[in-house]
Amino acid sequence: MSVRTGVWAAAVALAVMTTTAALAEGPPKRGGTLTYLIPADAPPSFDGHRETTFATVHAAAPFYSVLIRVPPDNPASTTEFVCDLCTEMPKPTDDGKTYTFKIRDGVKFHDGSRLTAFDVADSWNRIVFPPKGTVSARVSYYAMVDKIEAPDERTVVFHLKRATTAFLPALADPFTWIYKKEILAKDPHWYEKNIMGSGPFKFASYQVGQSIKGVRNPDYYHKGQPYLDAIEGIFAAKQSVRVDALRADRAAIEFRGLPPSARDELVKEAGNTIAVQDSDWNCGNIITFNHKKKPFDDVRVRRALQLAVDQWKGAPALAKIATVRTVGGIVFPGSPLAATKEELQQMAGYWPDIEKSRAEARRLLKEAGAEGLKFELTNRNVDQPYKYVGTWLIGEWKKIGVSAEQKVVPTGPWFQAMRGGTFDVVVEANCQSVVNPVLDTGKYLPHTVYPENFGGYDDPKSIELYEKMQVETDPKAQRAAMRAYEKHTLDTAAHAIVTPYWYRIVLARSYVKGWKISPSHYLNQDLANIWLDK
Amino acid sequence: MHRYIVTRLLLAVPTLAGAAALVFVLMRLIPGDVCVIRLGSGGTHVNQAAVEACRLQLGLNEPLIVQFFQFLWSYCTFDFGISMWSGNPVSQEILIRLPVSLQIAVMASIIAVLIAIPLGTVSALRENTWLDHLVRLVAIAGIATPSFWLGIMSLVLVLDITYLATGKPWLPPIDYVSFWQDPLRNLSMVALPAITVGYRYSAVTMRMTRSAMLEVLREDYIRTARSKGLLEQIVVNRHALKNALLPVVTLVGIEFAFLIGGLVVTEQVFNLNGIGRLFVQAVQNQDNVLAQALVMLVVAIFVLTNLVVDVLYAWLDPRIRFS
Repeated sequence: MSVRTGVWAAAVALAVMTTTAALAEGPPKRGGTLTYLIPADAPPSFDGHRETTFATVHAAAPFYSVLIRVPPDNPASTTEFVCDLCTEMPKPTDDGKTYTFKIRDGVKFHDGSRLTAFDVADSWNRIVFPPKGTVSARVSYYAMVDKIEAPDERTVVFHLKRATTAFLPALADPFTWIYKKEILAKDPHWYEKNIMGSGPFKFASYQVGQSIKGVRNPDYYHKGQPYLDAIEGIFAAKQSVRVDALRADRAAIEFRGLPPSARDELVKEAGNTIAVQDSDWNCGNIITFNHKKKPFDDVRVRRALQLAVDQWKGAPALAKIATVRTVGGIVFPGSPLAATKEELQQMAGYWPDIEKSRAEARRLLKEAGAEGLKFELTNRNVDQPYKYVGTWLIGEWKKIGVSAEQKVVPTGPWFQAMRGGTFDVVVEANCQSVVNPVLDTGKYLPHTVYPENFGGYDDPKSIELYEKMQVETDPKAQRAAMRAYEKHTLDTAAHAIVTPYWYRIVLARSYVKGWKISPSHYLNQDLANIWLDK
Repeated sequence: MHRYIVTRLLLAVPTLAGAAALVFVLMRLIPGDVCVIRLGSGGTHVNQAAVEACRLQLGLNEPLIVQFFQFLWSYCTFDFGISMWSGNPVSQEILIRLPVSLQIAVMASIIAVLIAIPLGTVSALRENTWLDHLVRLVAIAGIATPSFWLGIMSLVLVLDITYLATGKPWLPPIDYVSFWQDPLRNLSMVALPAITVGYRYSAVTMRMTRSAMLEVLREDYIRTARSKGLLEQIVVNRHALKNALLPVVTLVGIEFAFLIGGLVVTEQVFNLNGIGRLFVQAVQNQDNVLAQALVMLVVAIFVLTNLVVDVLYAWLDPRIRFS
């Protein structure tokens, strides 16, 4: 079976499963209040354009609309995008450089005013070209955008500098909420502390670090939705609080994800009153070597450390205790651009014969004069899965005689160590929302091109391979170009080790229906399609 | 007395200034900054232009000495600044959390005093009896058990007992409402944390009450009081306990001040949005402005509590007079 056929078969199977599940759930019931947990203290602000934390999305996404999004009924799809505020997904014109969106008629903001294309264009201009004095966290996602305009109140046009497959996934980013132009004109910071959108729920109240409440928007433009009368998000940073709250039905669902131990505990204690949804997560830990420190400037040493790790045995073992599961390359495993198992097994670090792999690792270390290598592995002071992954790697490296000491530091010093280049080897995080392989894999480019690469290396070949892949619009050719870039990154130059992708386990009371898990905790959070079966 | 209070208040100024300098320097010794954490802690890549815009907005590019004097001047004008994390005034951030912490501190203190003083006294009066041993055992267990662990255990116990009794596990509410809004819901949420914190607090106080009472009971004036034929109740309550309470009052004062900002883990266990949790968030997020304000608040509370304790000394022991 070819890769493409395999992907289609998986997509069809998923669609069948989704439909079957939907039929099994029966017709949605109306009413009730959904109480859900937000595993954070409090969002820094409510401005989605500015923030990057899920705490902002989980708290405020139900109050906003976006232009396009992943399909709420099939958010696991990595290639499908549907309209939210637009009327239909456009076909690009001008050799793939112009996208014209028609905006729905009759959409109202929660203050009763009409939402027009001018609001959409203004919000998008703020995201892509933030005015002085404002912060937009995702400017770099939209480097391909040349101009955004609204020629009339029903039309928004995006002009791109070049055709790229990265544009539509970037446009479906879940933080790109549509704000009211008039409000932004008066105060560009208004949305940091206030909420006023056009989403399925109207903002009701917020108690800092405690709870946020919303009520049904009767004027919502997706007819029939939302099903709930009200929502209440409770901020609960501590895992034990969330698990206890789910067990005692103080809350019905936690959308970010809990570790396997919590799942096992809850399922054991609450039985079929708890429903589990799980998915591969578009997040992972990347092991970055500091090329500016010896001996990590030597590709033989980096390759040896890559070869020492038994991903195929490690992943299922780790999955029992940590939020990781699937072995993957630089592209999220669910994407058509991702490597198959056979393709991965051609690269260093993924060989099926681990003994052969480790023998080669020892040989390389000896050749590089780095036998008995000792170094510090800088890690973030976060349990799941950072510390588990770090501890596992240390054990793997020990098997080729390498001794690594794990230095666990809080988030601030962790960032500082990476940005200041003071680490030997670091456990990094790479967590994205919409699966967008072209943008997501930019992470492996040298610092000169991608400032958030902390490896400290120059590599013109890497840039050349990425550029070739990036501009390719034919799926087959792009896939081949991605393989070449991946092979170079992980095998030839061994710039980084990609550890097993994170695994998202969402636990809910079994009466929560309609919501489907996606590969990201940022996605599908407007809660419009949730209903309560009680 | 008035002069003494004014002098003590004036002496608090250099204490506060010293604390301000210390916290300012210590916060800046932590590598990293709030902008990078804010824009990157989700695991997504940090946009450098956004970081620079954020740093500029928060004044982090100003020289440290300028930042320090801005900080001192703002305190002189009672402007405690804007939280670097949330953009809200620091005073607002603190005032939102203060009622929860104060309520827990007051309730825990009441529980502690109600348990500790009678039991500590009885323990001293029945020295080396089974009762004394039992009270000491309870006290040592209280000191040895971290209140957050006790908190977790108490929640598990509540869940399991209610499950066994009714078939449905019950948990106290996890979203705070004020006492004035819904007294029953409020008390059902804060009762467990107050009891768990109060127990540890009472254990320490119990030990102090016992040893102070033992010391006072051996004093000559107690022997005299007894030889005069006074009732034992009067000897204990009027002559012994009042004098033995001096160190206990000091301890209660220090513990109370600690509880305002020190219930870091307990607040997390019970999902209470208090000052302790805010403190941890401020340090984790490297929100220097907020962390500085919280340290200054705790220092101020300690200074004031110590002053109140000193004033109480005079009331408890007429031999002490301030000039």
